[in-house]
Amino acid sequence: MFETVAFYLFAVLVTVSFFIAVTTSQALYALTALASGMILISGFFFILDAEFLGAIQIIVYSGAVLALYAFGMMFFDTTREVKEKKGNRIIIASLSVLSVILVVLIFAAPVVSDNIVANYPVVEGIGNTEQVGIVLFTKYLVPFEVAAVMLLVAMIAGIVLAGKKMDVSLTLKDDSEINNEEKVLS
Amino acid sequence: MSYIVGTLINIVIVMLIFSALAGLGTYFERKVLAFMQRRLGPMVVGPYGLLQIAADGIKLFTKEDIIPQNVVAKIFRIAPVITAATAFMAAAAIPFLPDFEIFGIKVHPIISDINIAILYILGVMGVGLYGLLLGGMASANKWSLISSARAAAVFISYEVVTGLSILAPIMMVGSLSLVDFNNYQAEHGWLVFSQPVAFVLFWIAAFAETGRTPFHLIANDHEIIDGFGTEYSGMRWGLFFIGEYANMFFISFVIPLIFLGGFGDGSFLGALIFLLKVSFFFFFFLWTRAAWPDIRPDQLMWLCWKVLMPLAVINVVITGIVMM
Repeated sequence: MFETVAFYLFAVLVTVSFFIAVTTSQALYALTALASGMILISGFFFILDAEFLGAIQIIVYSGAVLALYAFGMMFFDTTREVKEKKGNRIIIASLSVLSVILVVLIFAAPVVSDNIVANYPVVEGIGNTEQVGIVLFTKYLVPFEVAAVMLLVAMIAGIVLAGKKMDVSLTLKDDSEINNEEKVLS
Repeated sequence: MSYIVGTLINIVIVMLIFSALAGLGTYFERKVLAFMQRRLGPMVVGPYGLLQIAADGIKLFTKEDIIPQNVVAKIFRIAPVITAATAFMAAAAIPFLPDFEIFGIKVHPIISDINIAILYILGVMGVGLYGLLLGGMASANKWSLISSARAAAVFISYEVVTGLSILAPIMMVGSLSLVDFNNYQAEHGWLVFSQPVAFVLFWIAAFAETGRTPFHLIANDHEIIDGFGTEYSGMRWGLFFIGEYANMFFISFVIPLIFLGGFGDGSFLGALIFLLKVSFFFFFFLWTRAAWPDIRPDQLMWLCWKVLMPLAVINVVITGIVMM
């Protein structure tokens, strides 16, 4: 009873906030709706007793959406509406409906034919965090380590890209010097 | 049914106590700052100026709520609510006192003892910075925009330090529940002695998370006016304030719970000493404000990424090696 009410409440809230995120032409509305949708999704994890994933959802996505805010701050005047180029609405609408149906079919088909079996069913008496850890470091150890190596590569690449000319300060140079360098580069 | 009623009563009590404490917090702050600067602080309204809180409250509640012309009105309105609400949401997983019995009724002074309390508290407190960010971005004011850019920077970097510094104690205790932390320390001694580096790092990061003085860059009064709060007036501005003070109180509860033994074995004396520890940490926030200058934003980033984060990582590695 309690869970059903909570599920439908969160389902409506998440759908509404993502709908706003897609349809609005105001960058700040879109970002805020996206953030609230991401955080509200954690409600489903809490209902399913997967508290660890719920908290991680809040922490990871609130941080991730924040990076989008930072980009919004740099590239737009976020208090003004964005003028969007709108193409053929019928094509957009039909394509999105089609893709939604496909996604639902892909995920719902095994449920309907009762083929979903939990490889690692919930063990009574062991906390959610421990279970995630056990599965991560036994069955999924290789993908986990590969992901770690990929993140390391991305981090090093990011540092190398951002670290060029870190020892040169633009504020300490004359305008003429900067202009000359730009000419040489172009 | 009794579970729901009990939880609701708990929630209402926590809300009431900490809303009132946020008001009292401003009074303490003024008094402590005044005494450290050899002034008297508020003295006129009521005995020792105590009724100043009421006067301020009436002023905040009755002031006109101005929505300026070019702001994004909906976001502008909702931003202070986010800060205040998330601060109180974080309180849901904090055990404020040990379980006790009064008039034959068992009282659990914790709203919900979830298994992942620490992650939950840090996550929800982090979301609180969204209020400052949104308030600044919706304000159509350059000072506010600078302040929200700083909020984003602080948010991203100090979340890392808090997370990594708390990781080593979590490895030792093997649980994310604050009650388990408390019980572990009652058995094995305070974690501050085995994890001093983590303790100091977490404490420093707490100043950044609450936006208090050495890291008071998000709303630096002498530099960017009131930052995100520049365009706000009346109770909406007051909500930012309540959020900040509630966060200070809650983090003052969390630090002793994680590192300084919490309420110990749960006796009356333990609870009393716990409240003393909490008051010390709250006082320390005010003390630093009186004693320290603010640092620059680039120094804040330097401190986070070049000093605190490497230290936290080394601490985690050493803890891992010792535990093996």
